[in-house]
Amino acid sequence: MDNILEARDLRKLYHRGSEEIPALDGVSLDIKKGEFVSFVGPSGSGKTTLLNILGCLDNPSSGTLRLAGQEIFAAGRMLSETELTRIRRRVFGYVFQRFHLVPTLTVLENVLLPFAFYRKAGLTTDVERLLADLGLAKRRGHLPGQLSGGEMQRVAVARALVNDPEILLADEPTGNLDSKRTDEIKEVLLEMNRKRNVTILLVTHNPTLARTAQRTMELQDGRLVC
Amino acid sequence: MKIYLIAYKNLLRKKTRTVLTVLGIALSSWVLASLLGFNKGYEGALNHDIDNMGFQVLLTAKGCPYEAATLMLKGGTGLRYLKESMVQGVAEDHDVAAVTPMLMQAIFDPNKGESGGMSGYLGVDPATFPQSKGFLEFKKGGWFKDPDAREAVMGYEAAELEQRDTGDKLLIPEKNVEITVVGILKRTGTQDDGTIFLPFRTVQEVFGRKGLLTGMGITVRKDADIDKFTERLYDLPDVQVVSMAQVKSTIMSLLSSAKVMVFSIALIAIIIAMVGVINTILMSVFERFQELGILKSMGAMPSDVFKLVWAETMFLCLAGSSLGVLLALGLARTTELLVRRLLPYAPNGGLVQIDWRLAVGTVAAVTGAGLISGLYPAWRAARVRPLDSIRNEAE
Repeated sequence: MDNILEARDLRKLYHRGSEEIPALDGVSLDIKKGEFVSFVGPSGSGKTTLLNILGCLDNPSSGTLRLAGQEIFAAGRMLSETELTRIRRRVFGYVFQRFHLVPTLTVLENVLLPFAFYRKAGLTTDVERLLADLGLAKRRGHLPGQLSGGEMQRVAVARALVNDPEILLADEPTGNLDSKRTDEIKEVLLEMNRKRNVTILLVTHNPTLARTAQRTMELQDGRLVC
Repeated sequence: MKIYLIAYKNLLRKKTRTVLTVLGIALSSWVLASLLGFNKGYEGALNHDIDNMGFQVLLTAKGCPYEAATLMLKGGTGLRYLKESMVQGVAEDHDVAAVTPMLMQAIFDPNKGESGGMSGYLGVDPATFPQSKGFLEFKKGGWFKDPDAREAVMGYEAAELEQRDTGDKLLIPEKNVEITVVGILKRTGTQDDGTIFLPFRTVQEVFGRKGLLTGMGITVRKDADIDKFTERLYDLPDVQVVSMAQVKSTIMSLLSSAKVMVFSIALIAIIIAMVGVINTILMSVFERFQELGILKSMGAMPSDVFKLVWAETMFLCLAGSSLGVLLALGLARTTELLVRRLLPYAPNGGLVQIDWRLAVGTVAAVTGAGLISGLYPAWRAARVRPLDSIRNEAE
């Protein structure tokens, strides 16, 4: 399998006054296309920072990142917000801890929301099929307020997948859900990975959910420890 | 999914806030449309009144020009009199096409209306007045022919109020003189509607004003130089010369300072409404700070977010300004009544004229002002970084 992401010596420094706080301290990794990888580690270990850089939401302070062989970040080169957006809309889908659904839009409208801004050329996503796969077919006309937490997160997953991304980034997607709903989302992520061959990068504190992934990476103090 | 649909549905999230903002814009649009409509309507009504005088220059006895103008436009008892012998001299001027002498008298009629009222009698010359007022049409009957006849022609409203038809008798209160109604005019929308016309010699006799006039209307020849002609009239002793152009400019100049003040109020109302728009949209942007960042993570460019928030502003302003214009149209008569009570002189006819151009102009102006107000909130929204939203979420 080809590597879809190749990170070398990624570093991220935050500045607080004159103090430099290293959030990432030389992370190197390879992610293969279609792989399901989870990142675990204590709070403040740099999981979310790493995910943000891998997902082109943020620039690293140094290091390189190659996306499908193409260099995105190289030493000293910072991408503008517009450049980052161009990459994001083409490659990534995001799921966050909070669902961030628009309360006045129906399930279907929320899922189609990314199309208001961008639609990949030649995209033939079967939205009805996607809703059916995520168990939302009968909820398509409902408003978010009429859904359970698990259903809302499934809508967020559908929204992340509607533009057929190559990589799905999920940051604590079950952080707001009980164990039953967490199992639901776990199944959904597994199924999307298997059926659609979507590369999934998952940040979680939940060890059961982390074990769902094919590979688990642990971070401590901004470094990969295993 | 279109950005405009999302923008519209975003406004439905806080319905009360949206409705209040729309109402604020509607009120300012109402004020603006009504004022612009008044500006247009008043000038039109004044022109209509003056054009329908039938003559271009009025000669009255020397006195206050505003009283003269009011006498001419609205009727009144007249304070001073001209000698009838002056008519011949004026008529001989080469620029004069016709002169029509007039004698206005008013008397309190206790039977008029619920608590009595003034009845105006305008003595006119049957030989010249009908020609100068050629546009007057009769509902019934016609003009009196005999200059000494005890006959009257009633304006449309005067006849309605007095419940008189042709052939009926009309008693002049205090004088105990009966006159016969020989004609009833169609509605003109001018002061003629409320006037009772009599031959001027009859008015002179009944009211004891022999050889006197309150004014004379002068129709000038088409090729005449009115300014030079009025200059010549100033040479006549003890006369007040009022040209229609002067009357119009005097009234308009009296109104102009009031209009400046009222337009300032309209401007302040619009500014307040726009501050409301900025407040509403900015608050909505701050509330959706994370969501806007998430939209960017989905692929929305800064320009998309700007467009989304600006579209919300546009919808608010379009809805508010349209509602305001509808209010202005619906309440135009009420506004007119109010204005009539406040103004010292209001011409006849519609004072508040709102046509489609004015309506569209008001909606465009208010929406334009709203879009300018919406620039800052939209710019703030466009600057939201997805990373900041995610950090906020983590916190």
